[in-house]
Amino acid sequence: MSITAIPPALRLPDFRNLGVWLRVLLVANGFLLAAALAGNRSLALLPREVGELAALVEPALLLTLALLFVLAPALQRLPPRLAGLLIVMLAVATTAGIGGLLAQVLGGENSWRAPLAAGVLAFGTLLWFDLAARAHAPALAEARLAALTARIRPHFLFNSLNAVLGVIRDDPRRAETTLEELAELFRALMQDNRELVPLSDEIALARKYLEIEHLRLGERLQVKWDVSDCPPDVLAPPLLLQPLIENAVYHGIEPATTPGEIRVLLAVKGERVRIEIDNPWLGEGDHRKGAGNHMALANLRERLLLFYDLEAGLDSSVSDGRYRVRIDLPGKRKARHG
Amino acid sequence: MAELPHILIVDDEAPARARLRTLLADIADDFPHRIVGEAGDGLAALELLTKVSADIALVDIRMPRMDGIELAQQLAGLPQPPAVVFVTAYDEFALKAFELAAADYLMKPMRAARLLEALKKARRLAPADTLLQALAPAGRMRLRVVERGNVLLLPVADILYLRAEQKYVTARTALREFLLEESLAHLETEFAPRFVRIHRNCLVAIDAVVGVVRESDKAGDSDPHWALCLRDVPEHLPVSRRQWPEVKAQLGF
Repeated sequence: MSITAIPPALRLPDFRNLGVWLRVLLVANGFLLAAALAGNRSLALLPREVGELAALVEPALLLTLALLFVLAPALQRLPPRLAGLLIVMLAVATTAGIGGLLAQVLGGENSWRAPLAAGVLAFGTLLWFDLAARAHAPALAEARLAALTARIRPHFLFNSLNAVLGVIRDDPRRAETTLEELAELFRALMQDNRELVPLSDEIALARKYLEIEHLRLGERLQVKWDVSDCPPDVLAPPLLLQPLIENAVYHGIEPATTPGEIRVLLAVKGERVRIEIDNPWLGEGDHRKGAGNHMALANLRERLLLFYDLEAGLDSSVSDGRYRVRIDLPGKRKARHG
Repeated sequence: MAELPHILIVDDEAPARARLRTLLADIADDFPHRIVGEAGDGLAALELLTKVSADIALVDIRMPRMDGIELAQQLAGLPQPPAVVFVTAYDEFALKAFELAAADYLMKPMRAARLLEALKKARRLAPADTLLQALAPAGRMRLRVVERGNVLLLPVADILYLRAEQKYVTARTALREFLLEESLAHLETEFAPRFVRIHRNCLVAIDAVVGVVRESDKAGDSDPHWALCLRDVPEHLPVSRRQWPEVKAQLGF
């Protein structure tokens, strides 16, 4: 199972980008040549006809692009569809304006055909930019996902290594197990984490992480798991549980003076998976601790958006002296083979 | 023969304390020492130090109750402060401070040779004020009070006024008085904008002042003087004639 597509919306090009300008000029001039060829009576007349058309099209085109350059920031703020409509109308209006001006100065008929053609051309060009943007989007989403995949805190790595060194002479067996767990944890972290994984894998990983923390924190860290209502084959984003539990340890256990309990609840109800992790709430503490937590949650929220679009939710709350993070996911299952 | 340097270990994680003990044992030949105690947080360390003395404290930064930075601030106020060597796993904020103050610190996990180097240096150097300044720009938030062998921490924000009496300084809060082992002059400079000196022996928290009254001594043998009324306490605090212009300016009368 891979990442679902980004929410559909018209993507407007950046009208201050030289590449965009070049493409618009190419398309419009190609269109001009094609129109001239289509209406051509004899090849000898072609240069003149092209020249006549260009006298109308080029000023209108450049005026439109210049106006778009100026209006680009305002257009970005509008709903994309409305902005698209405005751009088409702008192309029609400039062409009609230039056409009227030319008709007055040079004499001759002021046709409605040129503005209409300009509108169709503008519409077609916008569609083409939109398609091109969509074609690149999945690659972008995957790159973002890879960058977002939770990283373990350096604090945790160095403290764990130090703890292993602390017990290595008195309790070599304990040191051995901890290093093995650390290795498995890092193997999971360094994997390609762009595919959904069974929730049972996530639970196993989180338990390994907690084993390591237990060596450091001893009785201060207590964990209560409630996974009885959770079928093991339900899929979830990789590295979903561990970072949340790491947060709970960092903010709810490490700074506490008394032993504390972290509770992890996983439940499947109908087609939805509910995950709840809560830890003792110790107040805001000092300013530098809070920031990391918000980062971690914002990061997770964005990963959920990339995996599930708007079908997953994450919220956090404080009540009864406990800090609680709740996640709600669609309960996808592994596709059965054979 | 001179006495061996006393070392105190302060870390909230048992394996980390064990690691320091092991390393200290390994370097005992090069650096003879005596471990005088271990504490699980800053407050426990302060309590321990009312019973034993230490020359060097190996201090973790992130600890519950009182972190290593506050411990170092409190230690700096002791008559004979131990040299503080910070031991930290990874803390961007702290590392920046260390670099700013160009101070020595140990990174977990550490090698015996590195610990030895830091201990030798620590014996020569007093803890740097610049480092504490960089680690905690706001300064101390709590004052250390020792009562019957227990260490209490008095939030500076709770203090209404400080008065020097013979050997001690009394800190008055809304609830009661506490005895401090620090000089009034030192407290005045450390917490300069919070308190104003109203008398040779008295500093008042500016935000506790609710009014001024003009009063004379009961015996009537001196000229009337100004006195300050503070919130939460009944007594009026006399302002000396010399300090009055300063007090007036500070309070904005």
